Amino acid sequence: MARGERLLLTGPSGGGKSTLLSLLAGVVTPDAGTIELIGTDIARLSGRACDRFRAEHVGIVFQMFNLLPYGSVLDNVLLPLGFAPERRAKARRDGDERENARRLLRALGLADDLHNGATAMLSVGQQQRVAAARALIGAPDIILADEPTSALDPASQTAFIELLFEQLSSVDATLVMVSHDERLATYFDRVENLSDIARVGGGAA
Amino acid sequence: MSLMFRLACRSALSRWPTALLTMLAIALSVTLFIGVEKIRVAAKASFADTISGTDLIVGARAGDVQLLLYSVFRIGNATANITWRSYREISAHPEVDWVIPISLGDSHRGFRVMGTNAAYFDHYRFRGGQRLSFEAGKRFDDLFDAVIGTDVAEALGYRVGDPLVVAHGVGAFSFARHDDKPFRISGVLARTGTPVDRTVHVSLEAIEAIHVDWKSGTRQRERNVSAEDVRQMSLTPKSVTAALVGLKSRLSVFRLQRFINEYRAEPLSAVLPGVALQQLWQLVGTAETALGAVSLMVVATALLGMMTVILTALGERRREMAILRSVGARPSTILGLLVAEAGALTACGVVAGYALAHAALFALRGYVDARYGLFLDFGAPDLRELAVLASIVVAGCAAGVLPGWRAYRMSLADGMTVRN
Repeated sequence: MARGERLLLTGPSGGGKSTLLSLLAGVVTPDAGTIELIGTDIARLSGRACDRFRAEHVGIVFQMFNLLPYGSVLDNVLLPLGFAPERRAKARRDGDERENARRLLRALGLADDLHNGATAMLSVGQQQRVAAARALIGAPDIILADEPTSALDPASQTAFIELLFEQLSSVDATLVMVSHDERLATYFDRVENLSDIARVGGGAA
Repeated sequence: MSLMFRLACRSALSRWPTALLTMLAIALSVTLFIGVEKIRVAAKASFADTISGTDLIVGARAGDVQLLLYSVFRIGNATANITWRSYREISAHPEVDWVIPISLGDSHRGFRVMGTNAAYFDHYRFRGGQRLSFEAGKRFDDLFDAVIGTDVAEALGYRVGDPLVVAHGVGAFSFARHDDKPFRISGVLARTGTPVDRTVHVSLEAIEAIHVDWKSGTRQRERNVSAEDVRQMSLTPKSVTAALVGLKSRLSVFRLQRFINEYRAEPLSAVLPGVALQQLWQLVGTAETALGAVSLMVVATALLGMMTVILTALGERRREMAILRSVGARPSTILGLLVAEAGALTACGVVAGYALAHAALFALRGYVDARYGLFLDFGAPDLRELAVLASIVVAGCAAGVLPGWRAYRMSLADGMTVRN
């Protein structure tokens, strides 16, 4: 994939979409083969280095329950920076990292009065935007999203995707999104069906 | 990192009811442990302080512990007496500073009667050199005066001036009573927390006087001597049961001990009170070890409870762990998180328990001292206590390892696909 490219992975449920994402994220290590992300074979990294690599270069959005319920919205957004000094440095490049987080939240449509509030007060749609802000803060190279819109109603889905893509362009990040929803295809540069890839026997990335 | 730390605290706080209960269980167990420890130390100290300032206890030849038991603790009986002649000779020894004679064998309603003399009030010391003092009244002056310990006064409701009849023998109920020669209470001693509190003290001459018309444990009717007539008689005792000896110099203690142990006229024993007390404590001390062990078991139970609570909460915290992993937290961070949580809970519990124990000590020590004669030490923790408290915190951290390990395995197995 090229930098800034947006890939939609589709496929039947149980088809290994989420497993592929876990492999790409380096949370799960493969038994064999290589996984190359921005010139690094993460399958050959040590567990520690792999965790560090994920913290620095990958932002992740889950399907739902993305947030730590006992932290404020801002706490949740700032969480990855604690594990990623380079991303923290990037988040501080134009000012305070908290200000940066607020800017991202605002751009994703969350008003200031929500930033210090409890995450439990937010709707599912708002929670997903906070998750997106957490994935985007400090401008990581790759965003992995596992059906981030499936818990949302169609109107919120469209709004979420549009806001996410706007921010993706501004940080020039590559997106790999898994979804069973083929209607989202129009937004993506490239759409791959996992069962096709598997049949050809090729690898992703 | 501060954000991570803050979130960990918030996470624990979000589970505050279980966290609080867990902490409370640990706190109570620590309170129990410290309470038992303080009482143990106090009991041991009070035991060792039963008698102080006395260099040697002298009695008829017997075991060290037996001599200590009957002469100081008023438990059991002497096998034989010391003749008055030997007693005089020991008193006259150039290295002897003072001698307190002790004459036992009679009782009053279950309390031992002890014959002695003025030296007892002058030289008897307990708890680090404290002297006997009077709660009311004064020393015995008249032949038939008695000075009672505070437990005797309390149990029998006696006050200065009340009459008192001594019974022959040491049973709780005795039918052979010296009722022809009643005593009058001249004084009540202040509480000492020692067997002195349970003793009726009379003069050596009085012991002699009530026995003039007795022979071999029965009253001889034909020799009935009245209380008035007996005052005219010579009342020099023929023997005493034991003697407490104070020396001019402690350096001569072993020399005098050998002198008494090798005394030719009759078989005598001289024991060092400290040594005999230590021997006796070794017998009694098994209970203290058992108490300590039980209180530590309670602490272990509380820690096991905490482990259960943390393990149980893991199920609902899988999502939390997955999120932390997704933002780059290492498995070791997750392990550390749970170990730190267990450690922090334990540490809070230990501190709270320590504070609670000392609050209770502060509130109760006056009462315990007055009622039981136990002086509860209220200082900074000693090394032994600190070591145990520190090991409890370490054990608490260790109790977090198993849940931490489980969380670590779960976070690896879950990958990114946890579904709540």
